[in-house]
Amino acid sequence: MFGYILRRLLIAMGTVWMISMIAFAIIQLPPGDYVTSYIAQLMATGTLVTQEEAENLRIQYGLHQPLYAQYARWVWLMMQGNFGVSMEWQRPVLEVIGDRLLLTALLAFAAVIFTWILAIPIGIYSAVRQYSIGDYIFTFIGFIGLAVPSFLLALVVMYLTFAYFGASIGGLFSTEYLDAPWSLARVWDLCKHLWVPALILGTAGTAQLVRILRANLLDELRKPYVVTARAKGLSELRTILKYPVRVALNPFISTIGYTLPFLVSGSIIVSIVLSLPTVGPLLLKALIAQDMFLAGTIVLLLGLMTVIGTLISDILLVWIDPRIRLEE
Amino acid sequence: MAKYAPVRGVEEPRAVDATDVGERLYVASQWQLMWWRFRKHRLAMAAGAVVALFYLVAIGADFVATTDPSLSDARRSLMPPQRIYLFEGWRFRPHVYAVTGKRDLRTFKRVYTTDPSKKIPVQFFARGFSYTFLGLFPTDRHLLGVGEGYEAAQTLFMLGTDVQGRDLWSRLLFATRISMSIGLVGVALSLFLGILLGGLSGYYGGFVDGLIQRFIEILRSIPTIPLWMGLAAALPRDWSILQIYFAITIIISLVGWTELARVVRGRFLALREEDFIVSARLVGCSQMRIIFVHMVPSFLSHIIAATTLALPAMIISETSLSFLGLGLRPPAVSWGVLLQQAQNVQTVALSPWLMLPAIPVIIAVLAFNFLGDGLRDAADPYGQ
Repeated sequence: MFGYILRRLLIAMGTVWMISMIAFAIIQLPPGDYVTSYIAQLMATGTLVTQEEAENLRIQYGLHQPLYAQYARWVWLMMQGNFGVSMEWQRPVLEVIGDRLLLTALLAFAAVIFTWILAIPIGIYSAVRQYSIGDYIFTFIGFIGLAVPSFLLALVVMYLTFAYFGASIGGLFSTEYLDAPWSLARVWDLCKHLWVPALILGTAGTAQLVRILRANLLDELRKPYVVTARAKGLSELRTILKYPVRVALNPFISTIGYTLPFLVSGSIIVSIVLSLPTVGPLLLKALIAQDMFLAGTIVLLLGLMTVIGTLISDILLVWIDPRIRLEE
Repeated sequence: MAKYAPVRGVEEPRAVDATDVGERLYVASQWQLMWWRFRKHRLAMAAGAVVALFYLVAIGADFVATTDPSLSDARRSLMPPQRIYLFEGWRFRPHVYAVTGKRDLRTFKRVYTTDPSKKIPVQFFARGFSYTFLGLFPTDRHLLGVGEGYEAAQTLFMLGTDVQGRDLWSRLLFATRISMSIGLVGVALSLFLGILLGGLSGYYGGFVDGLIQRFIEILRSIPTIPLWMGLAAALPRDWSILQIYFAITIIISLVGWTELARVVRGRFLALREEDFIVSARLVGCSQMRIIFVHMVPSFLSHIIAATTLALPAMIISETSLSFLGLGLRPPAVSWGVLLQQAQNVQTVALSPWLMLPAIPVIIAVLAFNFLGDGLRDAADPYGQ
């Protein structure tokens, strides 16, 4: 068990390291460096900057050092909580991101919950009533759900609500709570808005999980222990829910690791379409404005969030699945 | 006594007739068995036809298009799709009504009114803008067009127009060409990486395998869209369409290869201990010969299936990136570039036909999925 957790931790660290390299590459890729754009900004406001001053700025920011030293410096600064300054907003990156990261995490979490709430009953129904009309309908919807990328779904849902109800489903808060401090009322308001994007985001994952659960449950239902339970006179509902479903549910936890990166990815683009106050629209804006410190930090934090989520699901799996717990 | 002990291969060749199913199964080649199994999968057959149709359209985009996709006209801005009337009285004579546009002076929107008295005939194989068919011979014939004396660019808008007055139908066809081909190029790259790394992993096993598997695991746990967005946004602004096109395919296939590598590795591991591989090794075949002459042909079908299943992800990725404005840029047209115009709800509410490019995306993705499922089932014709 400890070996398993240790292995997971090592992989998580490797992932974080790779993501940090990529984020650093994203910051470095555009031509010119921080000082070039800073000077351009000063020039635009009418301040003259001499060659010497520019050199001094470069030394001050460590830009004259080789790349690996710059990378080390960047990581070191981040460990102290200094993520750099957003060029476009003229404010520290963390301040700009604010609680958007939390909302992104909430959205992804809500999508996972929705996926489960929908997938478990549908999967059980489809397996128990295999080849019934309901099974076919759900299979068909599932295929569509898998094929339609979430941003297209968001677009269509947005159009339909606008065309038929005259309401816009964009945003995560009502206007009166938009800039209000966190309170119970604001959280409730968030919950009222969160379910639509969470549902849109969760569709593809739901379709996938229904297929997995259906296949697993079908395998389990044919096993002799189910026949035994039935022969002993257990009610049908109990027979199904108590044993085979519990076994078939295992992949739900283990697939979080795979679905989470997928959900975070999807949440970015869905947020842009629905203009939700998550990091999605911010990332797009930063990339278009070439505000690379902000963009790189967002990519890094998103990756970090995904890694932590995956790690939690791995540990949950240890807790739920005795086969892993007892493994040497 | 051949009557009692028929030996395989020594037996006299017999004419195989359709009723003798057992005999046919007995002598069929592996690919024939796969084809028979695939044919039983009706949905996959239909999906295969749809995919073929998409590629035909992609190849002959300029033949099927009615107007030059980059021809803009401010007087035709955001015109709704035209209805095509098939009959005139009782006779089959397809036509559209002439449309005139005027600016509403109160809302400043262009309003279009149809004039039922002016009928414009729609014909097959009509003359239109000139192009070189398949890049071989110049022509101006198109699958659909308007009758002699009219110009399609002025009169025929089957799916309406965009903000700049460009014909959506023609643009959609040219977009099909780019979107479908970007999937192929991306998959080819992924295939190369996947076979190379998956093959190394499966053939050598041990430490190499562990290293590559951990690397794949790490790659798969990174959220892709923000990563792609970051890399795509870093592409220089002054690159040509072709450069951007290849850069985007490379970015997309950077992650896409992992699934293919997994399939290849699995096959390698399964085959490594098979009798025919062991005997090939004992006979003294070189490693290259074992891999390419003995192993690859026996899992080629699996690779084809996995490749087909990897294509829709490529198409969706390109569409997403272009939709965000970070992928291909105009004047290149892909499904994502077209959908970019449908980004905000106001535009979509006023001119819903701008969402039409979503339909081919969904159909293509579904078709590739069904086809891939069918191929995967057929890839192992000996099971069950």
